[in-house]
Amino acid sequence: MDVQVSFTLNGKTVSAAASSATLLVDLLRNRFGLTGTHVGCDTSQCGACVVHVDGASVKSCTMLAAQVDGCAVDTIEGLSGDGELHPLQQAFHEHHALQCGFCTPGMIMSAADLLKRNPRPSELEVRDWLEGNMCRCTGYHNIVKAVRAAAGAMGEEGS
Amino acid sequence: MSGGMGIGASAPRSEDRRFITGRGRYVDDINLRSQQYAWFVRSPHPHAELRGIDAGQALGMPGVTAVLTGADLEADGIGPLPVAWGITSVDGSPAVEPEFPALATGRVRYVGNPVAVVIAETRAAARDAAEAVNVHYEELDSVSNAVAAMEEGAPRIHEAAEGNLCFNWEWLPSVMAPDAKANTEKALKEAAHLVSLELVNNRLVPNAMEPRASLADFNSATGQLTLYTTSQNPHVNRLLLCTATLRMPEHKVRVVAPDVGGGFGSKIYHYAEELAVCWASRRLGVPVKWTAERSESFLGDAQGRDHLTRVELALDAEARFTALRVDTIANLGSYVSTFGAAIPTVFYAPMLAGVYKTPNIYVTVKGVFTNTTPTDAYRGAGRPEACYLIERIVDEAAAQLGMDPAEIRRRNFIQPDEFPYQSPVGQLYDSGEFEGCLDLAMEINGYAGFDERRKQSEARGRLRGRGMSFYIEACGAAPSQAAGQLGARAGLYEVATVRVHPTGVVQVMTGTHSHGQSHETTFAQIVADRLGVDFSNVEIVHGDTGEVPFGMGTYASRSLAVGGSALVKALDKVVDKGRKIAAHLLEAAAGDIEFGDGQFRVAGTDRQVAFGDVALAAYVPHNYPLQELEPGLEETSFFDPENFTFPSGCYICEVEVDPETGVVEIRDFAAADDFGNIINPMVVEGQVHGGLAQGIGQALMEHCRYTPEGQLLTGSYMDYCMPRADDLPSFKVATRCTPTSFNPLGVKGCGEAGAIGAPPAIINAVLDALRPLGVRHIDMPATPNAVWWAIEAARSGE
Ligand code: FES
Ligand code: FES
Repeated sequence: MDVQVSFTLNGKTVSAAASSATLLVDLLRNRFGLTGTHVGCDTSQCGACVVHVDGASVKSCTMLAAQVDGCAVDTIEGLSGDGELHPLQQAFHEHHALQCGFCTPGMIMSAADLLKRNPRPSELEVRDWLEGNMCRCTGYHNIVKAVRAAAGAMGEEGS
Repeated sequence: MSGGMGIGASAPRSEDRRFITGRGRYVDDINLRSQQYAWFVRSPHPHAELRGIDAGQALGMPGVTAVLTGADLEADGIGPLPVAWGITSVDGSPAVEPEFPALATGRVRYVGNPVAVVIAETRAAARDAAEAVNVHYEELDSVSNAVAAMEEGAPRIHEAAEGNLCFNWEWLPSVMAPDAKANTEKALKEAAHLVSLELVNNRLVPNAMEPRASLADFNSATGQLTLYTTSQNPHVNRLLLCTATLRMPEHKVRVVAPDVGGGFGSKIYHYAEELAVCWASRRLGVPVKWTAERSESFLGDAQGRDHLTRVELALDAEARFTALRVDTIANLGSYVSTFGAAIPTVFYAPMLAGVYKTPNIYVTVKGVFTNTTPTDAYRGAGRPEACYLIERIVDEAAAQLGMDPAEIRRRNFIQPDEFPYQSPVGQLYDSGEFEGCLDLAMEINGYAGFDERRKQSEARGRLRGRGMSFYIEACGAAPSQAAGQLGARAGLYEVATVRVHPTGVVQVMTGTHSHGQSHETTFAQIVADRLGVDFSNVEIVHGDTGEVPFGMGTYASRSLAVGGSALVKALDKVVDKGRKIAAHLLEAAAGDIEFGDGQFRVAGTDRQVAFGDVALAAYVPHNYPLQELEPGLEETSFFDPENFTFPSGCYICEVEVDPETGVVEIRDFAAADDFGNIINPMVVEGQVHGGLAQGIGQALMEHCRYTPEGQLLTGSYMDYCMPRADDLPSFKVATRCTPTSFNPLGVKGCGEAGAIGAPPAIINAVLDALRPLGVRHIDMPATPNAVWWAIEAARSGE
């Protein structure tokens, strides 16, 4: 059975028909062509699919499309306003926090939520928060470094 | 002139922007009009006769286009999946290579073995219909463990393989004395100390984060097939499709490997699913797409390692190694995968000298069929297995003799003045500075302060241990002739085309493929450096057989050593031609023209012409030596090196073990590597980090396990333990440099080092921590459960 879902997607109001079994990640990828949100597993473990729903990070493979009716959904494609990179994107670039790039969108979206909650996380806090995001390439070393660097940069901007 | 981004600069990567903004283009991101979806029906049994496939119900379901089986495949003359490397047994007979059809006919031999493929209008419809395909299996006895498979009365998996033996191999390189076996046995008998171990190298699942995917598009009007696929080597896939399986002319097949989300070996091979979607697209005249679910990756991606080895080391009274004997049983899985027979043999035995002057080495390997997913190259491929046993037994010898692990290694190192060093197992090492690397690792680890740290750990109720390893590996899979003698069925050179456009901007078409390795940056650095053009004016094209003339792809840390060298040779040709053009423009002799900083200059004068102007003259040849030179500025080189390269390095790891819970935590990890010259230090460090993480995963967490019958127990991330951010430490990495003489860049390769060197360092550290409790042995992975039981067993005196 199809349901009609209306929500804000990266700041724009959108509406789509989706079957009641459609996962949010499939709606984003297949209906809206937002292929920056990835699918890396089928057990809600890898975090490649992380997006924000009403500002909080969620695994979009574990949510039905119908559940975001009336919500604000933000994906990696919406993170950089006006072509300006978000400090996390910039830091991932500068600190070589990505190799194949497959985990990267989920990793950045997850870290963005962390920095909202905890603007100055310690190394352990970053590692602890990101345990739901797997990366097979980087060994996490540079990801942790980048997240902390971005926290620093965002702190400076704010002060 | 290179924009500060030449060789040696930690240039931030050109490829990053698309990935950090969500605009990468992976196979599953590509969709074609009217595409249909494939879903595979896979065997739930490890071993069974296929008695019949009834697709009637599935075919009646909405949206279902076709259900294809092995019989259809056979009828269409599709060839079996090829084996790319042949191995010969001791008795001269070739390894048993049973035909491996993409869809099973007759029998299934592992859980996940594809038996049919459903093609439907949506993925969900294909999946639902796959469940409705009724396959009649008659179950057979089965076996997953290689030793059990060799026992009398074990179920026979292939008619042609008696005792389930694929090969019984011994390593007798031509340079080795023919009496290596006798000499080794004699030295073992006469040893002052003899150490022996039985070691397991645990089976792993590569687990690149992007699951495999293939999208095939056959155009019946032109007869052209385009395949988008998650591959580390699209040209190899095309070659195998064209010559072995689909059998189409190469000019009618284009293989594109766009952005690929990691490989680690698992995306080298020409897999059943990729072949099946090509065939289905050709049969049905529509594009067909398949994207693996992670559970399918666990069943269907080639797995790694899985050795059981008995190793013996003989030492003289001064603790000098006099002989090493190695007997390995390698679990190949149910079929011989592409390189499945080569990895535990020719990629393994030739590395068993390690960095030591052991004069006598004798190696035998039995390759065994079991009812499991086939094994093949996974990061390191043969070399981690070799390193693990050498570095474990060297440490064991040190412990038994009461020696410092650093001291026993120093005493046996090949010394810098002994290069080139011909090892008794056939490798000719050209360079290295093993003591220098050892000293560097000790320095960054803070070796001298260990006892103090151990006391502090003890005060907190933790057992602290320190472990060391020293690896050497062979990178840059090439020399084609040597590889051919060892059984390779393809050449292993690399190809690069440098296309200078009229405005002086440069495109490089490379036959290597980047799926995380950063070639778009590092190869551009080489061009910027050599031609003096700005880094931002260089583009690296890879992963498309329609754009790149040829290539062998990326694996075995070969891209820079072989592909980068092909690039350098092509750049040299460009400069040579440019020099002739410049000589004409400057009215000088070509021999008098120097090239540097992007300028062709008459030596000893200030008369010069810029590279860009020379490029323009090549394409607008108004003033040009047309009698001697063709217009245009584009050059191609094939590079086939004279030898492998030999990176080496020393890793020191400190762990803390909680004796109450068995939990092992890594407190310090110091890596000192010699990769020869380095193009981009930041990228190299990233490669080391990633390798270390996989090595730590193998040592402490990851284990692909089957029931004795062959049901996969670790089929998802719920039960296969992947290293996560909170499982790993930050790493201390440093490098020393002895350039290799085997390629023009002097580079050795860095992609696999961490995965090779880390496991023995960690297990040595765990054992160092546990020895005071009487624990003498532990196998990988040293999970809390395994450590806890080892402690309990030692306590109760078992
Ligand atoms: S796809 Fe793996 S957690 Fe969502
Ligand atoms: S960069 Fe490849 S998985 Fe993280």
